[in-house]
Amino acid sequence: MTTERRAQGGGVMTLTVPSHPKFLYVIRSALYPIIIDSGFSKKDARKIILAVDEACSNIIKYAYEGDPAKSITLVVTADAGRIAIQLKDLGKKTDPSKIAPRKLEDVRPGGLGTHFMGAVFDTVRYDTEQDQGTVLTLVKEKR
Amino acid sequence: MKVEISTEKMHAGFLMKLKGDVDMNTSPDVRSTLSDVFKQATPGAKALFIDLSQVRYMDSSGIATMVEAMQTCMKQGMRLRLVELSPSVRDVFELARLASVFEIFPSLTEASAGL
Repeated sequence: MTTERRAQGGGVMTLTVPSHPKFLYVIRSALYPIIIDSGFSKKDARKIILAVDEACSNIIKYAYEGDPAKSITLVVTADAGRIAIQLKDLGKKTDPSKIAPRKLEDVRPGGLGTHFMGAVFDTVRYDTEQDQGTVLTLVKEKR
Repeated sequence: MKVEISTEKMHAGFLMKLKGDVDMNTSPDVRSTLSDVFKQATPGAKALFIDLSQVRYMDSSGIATMVEAMQTCMKQGMRLRLVELSPSVRDVFELARLASVFEIFPSLTEASAGL
């Protein structure tokens, strides 16, 4: 697990964690103070963290198919009133055409992660142009 | 990050208390304990109460676990009553628009009433 903070505009943090679910709390813990520092409320911070956590869970489940020995890299760019998070994996490429949140009235286990990402973030963009893996960009502006 | 799970038998059924983070890593533990509780439940058990006041974080796998618990309760003729949702749990229920699907109570006393 590696972290790197470097001054660049409002601040950029890079965090790389193994693709094991037990490290998800590390991502949550690292993000909270950064989101609060960017001027978001505690409630907004909790929702942003939830949506990022769901995105990481999806990487573990679908891109890496449960392999805990891979890695997930987050690049967090924080400015006043704006936070952008890039999630990079080197697993199976995401097919954005197959991603759809399920209907909420269909009460059943599973399928909520994509809905949370869309509900919380202003921008949800999948980039599969690189040789390996997917870069998911999530952007939220304070209102 | 672990989740602490405790269960106790009550007059009206069972009480499960969760403390910590209920996420992709810990939901299987919660699911396994729920399975044990349902095995112990006698035909007279009226409800399963789950106290969520000490849950610091819950993700969609935690929500899925609650939905499964509700479905199993219905099959066994029991009620699932969620007690004292922490702010994080309230957020995730709000986002999933599930607050009206579950029976949610501010305290165990109120959740136990009328059973």
